[in-house]
Amino acid sequence: MKDALTRRRFLLHSLSGVSAAWVTSHWPAALAAAEHAHAAARSATPPKFEFFTPEQAAEIDAITARIIPTDETPGAREAGVVYFIDRALKTFASDYQKNFNEGLPELQGLVHEMYPNVDRFSTATPDQQDDVLRSLDQKNATAKRPFRPRPEAQNFFDTLRLFTIQGFLIDPDSDKGGSRDGVGWKVIGREREHMFQPPFGYYDKDYPGWQPLSKDAEKR
Amino acid sequence: MRLDQPKYKTSDEVDFLIIGSGAAGGILAKELSTNGFRVVVLEQGPYLTESDFTHDEIKIFQEDLLTNHPKLQPNTFRKTPDEKAKQQRALAYGRLVGGTSVHFTANFWRFHEIDFVERSKVGPVPGAGLADWPITYADLEPYYTKVEWEIGVSGLAGASPFDPPRSKPYPMPPLPVKSSGVIFERAARKLGLHPFPAPMAILSQPRPGRSACVNCGFCLGFGCEVGAKSSSLATAIRVAERTGRCEIRPNSYVHRIEMDSKGRVSGAVYFDEQKNTHLQKAKAVVVCANGAETPRLLLLSANKQFPNGLANSSGYVGKYLMLNSAAVVFGLFDEPLNEYKGFAVSRVLHDFYELDPQKVGFYGGGGLDARFDQTPIQFASGGLPPGTPSWGKEFKTALSHNYTRTMEIFCHGTSLPVEQNSFSLDPDLKDAWGLPALRMTYRDHPDDLKLAAWQRDRALELLDAAGAQKKWAQPISEQEFAFHLLGTCRMGYDPKTSVINSEHRTHDVKNLFLCDGSSLVTSGRGQPTMTIEALAFRAADRITALARRGDLGA
Repeated sequence: MKDALTRRRFLLHSLSGVSAAWVTSHWPAALAAAEHAHAAARSATPPKFEFFTPEQAAEIDAITARIIPTDETPGAREAGVVYFIDRALKTFASDYQKNFNEGLPELQGLVHEMYPNVDRFSTATPDQQDDVLRSLDQKNATAKRPFRPRPEAQNFFDTLRLFTIQGFLIDPDSDKGGSRDGVGWKVIGREREHMFQPPFGYYDKDYPGWQPLSKDAEKR
Repeated sequence: MRLDQPKYKTSDEVDFLIIGSGAAGGILAKELSTNGFRVVVLEQGPYLTESDFTHDEIKIFQEDLLTNHPKLQPNTFRKTPDEKAKQQRALAYGRLVGGTSVHFTANFWRFHEIDFVERSKVGPVPGAGLADWPITYADLEPYYTKVEWEIGVSGLAGASPFDPPRSKPYPMPPLPVKSSGVIFERAARKLGLHPFPAPMAILSQPRPGRSACVNCGFCLGFGCEVGAKSSSLATAIRVAERTGRCEIRPNSYVHRIEMDSKGRVSGAVYFDEQKNTHLQKAKAVVVCANGAETPRLLLLSANKQFPNGLANSSGYVGKYLMLNSAAVVFGLFDEPLNEYKGFAVSRVLHDFYELDPQKVGFYGGGGLDARFDQTPIQFASGGLPPGTPSWGKEFKTALSHNYTRTMEIFCHGTSLPVEQNSFSLDPDLKDAWGLPALRMTYRDHPDDLKLAAWQRDRALELLDAAGAQKKWAQPISEQEFAFHLLGTCRMGYDPKTSVINSEHRTHDVKNLFLCDGSSLVTSGRGQPTMTIEALAFRAADRITALARRGDLGA
C-alpha cells in the first residue's frame, strides 16, 4: 500500500501546475492506471518461486548476496533480488532461462573444482564464495561491459551481475518486484520521491542567479 | 487522454498522408490540418499517453516500451561496404505517437549560420561530401522562433555571445540550474569560456494542459507523465487533433508508397496491428519516418520507374548518414550534487562551435554540456570510475558514495557527411513482417574522431578547473550505434546530388515530400531536433502554398 501511496503522491504533486480542466479529464484515468499497476504488482508477488526450485533459489540468493553484500546497509538479499530474478525469468527476461539452467550447474562445478569438500555455493564461506565468483568473472574477462545505451549481459556472470543490479535498483514503485522497501535507492542515496524542487545539491544551493559577463570580458 | 478524431476511410483520398508522427510529422500534421487540409498520419508504433509512461528502467531500456524493438525489427551493421554486415542492434528511435521527441534529452540549440554554408566557407574536406544547404540560417530563423514559442522552449536569449541572431526572446525563462551546471559554469568562466543556461524543450512554466517540469529525474529515455517535455505528443499532435481534420492512426506500419501511371504517388500500403494490409489513398504524401526509416521506405517502394528506390534517381537515398561525434567525461566531487533530480542539462558552452582547422588540425566544431542522464541501473552498470570492482563490497561502497557525487560533460560535435555511411536494405535479414531489415554502414570520418578527442581534452580541463576529486573519460572509438539519424535524403539544388529540394519536395516526384533528420545537409554540432522541427514548420508553409496554388501535380 505504501507503494501505491508514493505513486499517488507523485501523481498528485506533479499535477500541481496543470489546469483544472486537465486534471478533471485526466485524473481518473491516471489514477486508475497507477492503482491497477500496483494491485497487479501486489497480487503477483510470488508467494513461492515460479522458475527456480527452492534449492536453486537458495543458490541464487547466496550469489546475489556476494554481488551486492549486506554490511552496515542492506544488500541484494534485503532487496529481495532473488524474487525479482525468479519473476524476471518467467516474464520479461524469459530469454535468459537457458543461461540460468546451464550456468548454475557450471557454477556448482567450479565450486567442487576449487573446494572439493564444499557441497554447494551457498554452504561455502563468504571468502570461498568470493573466490569462486572472482574465478568465474575472470574466465569472462574478455566480455565487454557496455556503457550505453543499454547494459546487456554477455555471459552467466554478467547476467547474474546485471540482474542483481536491476533487482536492487529498479524503481521500487515499478511492477517488477525487486528493490523491496526501496532499500537499493536508500543505499545509493536516491530519494524515493518522484518530484523535487531546487536547490538540488550542495553546489547549486548558494548560486546567486545568472550573472551576464561584463561586455569587456566577452571574447566576441 | 486521446481526443476524438475523424476516421477517414482508406478509400477516401485525403489531402495529405503523413508517414511518421515524431518531431517533424507531428508539426506537419498540426500545420497542414490547421491550414484546412484533411490529414491522415500513419504511425508504426502505438498511441501511448501520459498515464502509460513509467519510471521502470527495464520497461524502457530492455523491453523497448517507447523504442524500436530489436527482435521485431532487427538490423545489421558493418563499417564499410566491402564487409558483410552482421546482425547487431545499431539504432534506437522512438516508435510511438510522438516518435523520438517523446524520450529525447530536449537539448534545443539552434544551428548557427556556419552550419548552412560550411562548404563554401571552409572548402572541400578530403573524404567528405560537404555541401551547402539550399537555405540559410536567415531563412530558418522565423521557424526556430516558431518552435520555441509554439512547442515551448525554456532559455535565455543573449546569454551566449556565440548565438546566431534571433527575432524574439525565449517564451519562458531557463530551467533551474543543477549542481553540475554551477560547477561547469564556474570552471568555464575561470578558463575564460562562455557558458550559458541550456535552451531546453522542457517547460519551466506551465502551459495550458501541461505542467512545468517537476524534476522527477527520469528524463532522457523516458516519456514525461506531466507533459512538461515538449514532445510532438504533448504539443503539435494535440493541436492537430483539435482541428477535427486530422486522424492519427497508430500501429500502422507503412511498407510501400504506391505510384500511379502519371508518376504521382497515390497513397501508401501499411500493416495494421493484426498484420492485415491496407492502402490509404492520398493526394500527396509527406514522409517523416526518421533518417533510417524514410530512406528504407523509399528503397522498399522501388517500382518500374524507379528501380533503385522511389525518388532515388540520384542514387543518394540512404547515403551521407551522420550521427554526430560524441565524447563523454565524468567527474566525481566531494559533496553531493544529487544530479538524479531534474532534467539532464542545465549549462552549455559554444566556444568551440567553429574551430579553426589550421590551428586544431581537423575540420569540425561542437558544444559541451554539463549533465547527468544516468538512471540508477545504468549508473551501476557503467558510471563508476575505471578500475572500480564491478561487484562485491567495494563496488557497493563506490556506488553508494558516487551516485550522488558524479556528473558528466557531454561533448557533441560535427559528423562529416561521408557517402558510404548509409542505411540500405539488408539482402538477407527480414523483420517480423517479412520486410528487408535496415543495414547500417558507418565509419566515422577521421576528423570526427579527432574532434571528439580534442573536445574530450577540453572537458577534462574543465573538470580540473572545477576541482573534481576524480575525472575520467569514456574511450573514444568508432561509433557503431545511432541515435541521431541525419542526412540520408539530403536537401539540395541539384537533382543529381540530392534527394529533395528546398521545399522538401523530392526532385523526382511532384507530390512526394520528405521532412525529418534525413533532410539535413550537414550535422550541425549535435542537437538536431530543434532544426528538424524548424524545417517542419517551414516545409508546412511551403507545401501549403504549393497545394493552394494547385501545384501538387494533380
